[in-house]
Amino acid sequence: MTVLVFTENWDGKFKKLSFELVSYAREVAEKLNVSVVALSIGEVDEDELKKLGDYGADKIVSITNDHLKTLDNQVYTKVISEVTQKENAKVLILSHNNTGKAIAPRLSVKLKAALGSGLIRLPSEVDPFTVYKKVFTGKAFANVILNSDIKILTLSQNSFKLISSDNKATIEEYSTDIQASDIKTKVTSTDKQTGKLLLTDAEIVVSGGRGMKSSDNWGPIEELAKLLGAATACSRPVSDEGWRPHEEHTGQTGKIIAPNLYIAVGISGAIQHLAGISSSKYIVAINIDPDAPIFEAADYGIVGDAHKILPELISIVKENLS
Amino acid sequence: MRIFVCLGNVPDTTTKAKFTENNSVFDTTGVQWIINPWDELALTRAIELKEDANSSVEKVTVITVGTKSAEPTIRKALAIGADDAIRIDAEPNDAYAVAAQLADVLKDEDFGFVMCGIESCDYNGSAVGGMLSEFLDLPSVSAVAGVEVEGEKVSVSRTIDGGKEIINIDTPFIAIVHKGISIEPRIPAMRGIMMARKKPLNVVEASETELLTDHKSFELPQPKPPCKMIDPENVKELFDLLQNEAKIM
Ligand SMILES: Cc1cc2nc3c(=O)[nH]c(=O)nc-3n(C[C@H](O)[C@H](O)[C@H](O)COP(=O)(O)OP(=O)(O)OC[C@H]3O[C@@H](n4cnc5c(N)ncnc54)[C@H](O)[C@@H]3O)c2cc1C
Repeated sequence: MTVLVFTENWDGKFKKLSFELVSYAREVAEKLNVSVVALSIGEVDEDELKKLGDYGADKIVSITNDHLKTLDNQVYTKVISEVTQKENAKVLILSHNNTGKAIAPRLSVKLKAALGSGLIRLPSEVDPFTVYKKVFTGKAFANVILNSDIKILTLSQNSFKLISSDNKATIEEYSTDIQASDIKTKVTSTDKQTGKLLLTDAEIVVSGGRGMKSSDNWGPIEELAKLLGAATACSRPVSDEGWRPHEEHTGQTGKIIAPNLYIAVGISGAIQHLAGISSSKYIVAINIDPDAPIFEAADYGIVGDAHKILPELISIVKENLS
Repeated sequence: MRIFVCLGNVPDTTTKAKFTENNSVFDTTGVQWIINPWDELALTRAIELKEDANSSVEKVTVITVGTKSAEPTIRKALAIGADDAIRIDAEPNDAYAVAAQLADVLKDEDFGFVMCGIESCDYNGSAVGGMLSEFLDLPSVSAVAGVEVEGEKVSVSRTIDGGKEIINIDTPFIAIVHKGISIEPRIPAMRGIMMARKKPLNVVEASETELLTDHKSFELPQPKPPCKMIDPENVKELFDLLQNEAKIM
């Protein structure tokens, strides 16, 4: 029996997210007393694959197949379920990111395996198998029992620590018989920025709301973000107005993030906004209105005009961090 | 072509989470029910496509698994502009069961594609659309931020890290949609509300299915310690707290 963890790669490289998943899989495997198999799909070189061992994989199954270069949910489901069966996996772990959300539910039906999605902790018990997840978009948590032989878990990003291990993982190539004709979703064009820090990966996020008044006032938000190595974000009205790109919108209907630090500037703290950011470890609020609800969610707050506070904060950071 | 839109009937997004029976059941007292926000955006896009003369979309049907109590939400979808509705009569307790029940009805229907929202704002399962696709053995695209229909040809735009991809796909398929599918949900007009009363809402019996999950108990978040307020004349204190207390900088 094993725990199988699907580790996605980005142009041949793993990310912190991949190692979080393997660390999590390791701890789940300890509870069940079984080994960890990591599955990688795509061209990843040996040195990179071996890193999965550093976080607790015992064995790495690597699949390279030209037809798996873009994500076709049906085909990925077929391949991952083959490996699940081959490795006799009883628990299958994926990220709760776009890829995981696309394939975990399909795998659940294919393998008749209960799905626990968006988990933020280790299972509290393995018999009955009980997982812990956010519900009502962060307003509550649920203990959910998974009643099936195989279980599928998707882990929320940034919700589990990295645990290093001195495992020396073995690498095994696996080939599938996927043909071009199996791919029903044909990617005809791709438009992608590379090298940009993704909001979902960022440890620090500086975010602006309607209180910034206009897109012309974003200079200080961007400058602060740059100094802190942070990503920029915004509230929904800001992206609706076109002041900022849509991919920056956080909240119930935008991105759900869990950085170490979220700095909310000129954001009132509507419940739908908090839904996207409440898992941040620390929240700083800068708002002119002392009664703004954001202060109920924040750890540190300053009541004041963003146009005055931000430049001060920037110069303090410059003085102290360089 | 016909489009199906799966609807979830969920508590309004401002609802306080409260639980009864020893924290094992969501307390629905006083709850306002709405169309799940993602599904509402999907419905809006479906109706836009029907109105678009270049697309072959002719009919938009909403489908939901729910008890009679979900009917006001379904009527709202009809008022927004869906042509008809199917309600599968069951309590939606488990994503796997809901998807199985939807699949059981949809397998006999003719459609171009089915749209599902990426997530319901109550149990946050992100599951039904993908599960439905696998039950029906149809292709699916998730993280869909746009759908275009030119005659009979359908293409979707999928969000990827740092950008997007355009995907061509033959019908029938399942589109699991999220941000961008449409910007503002459409609001029912008076005429729509009048017409909705006469539109067909077909109730069908649910198939017997297994439940794979059980929400055993719920917990509310721990109350946060009060926010430390920093004197706006002393912004340095914020920096110091972040550095020394939060240990971030
Ligand atoms: C179904 C649904 C889903 C939604 N999803 C989302 C979502 O995903 N994300 C989201 O963000 N919203 C979402 N919303 C909208 C949400 O309800 C709020 O309207 C929105 O979050 C408010 O954005 P804001 O805080 O930027 O603007 P406002 O609420 O207008 O707040 C602006 C704030 O700026 C402050 N301010 C003004 N001037 C200054 C100044 N000079 N210096 C400092 N502070 C200043 C004000 O005091 C105020 O608190 C959703 C709503 C619904 C109904």
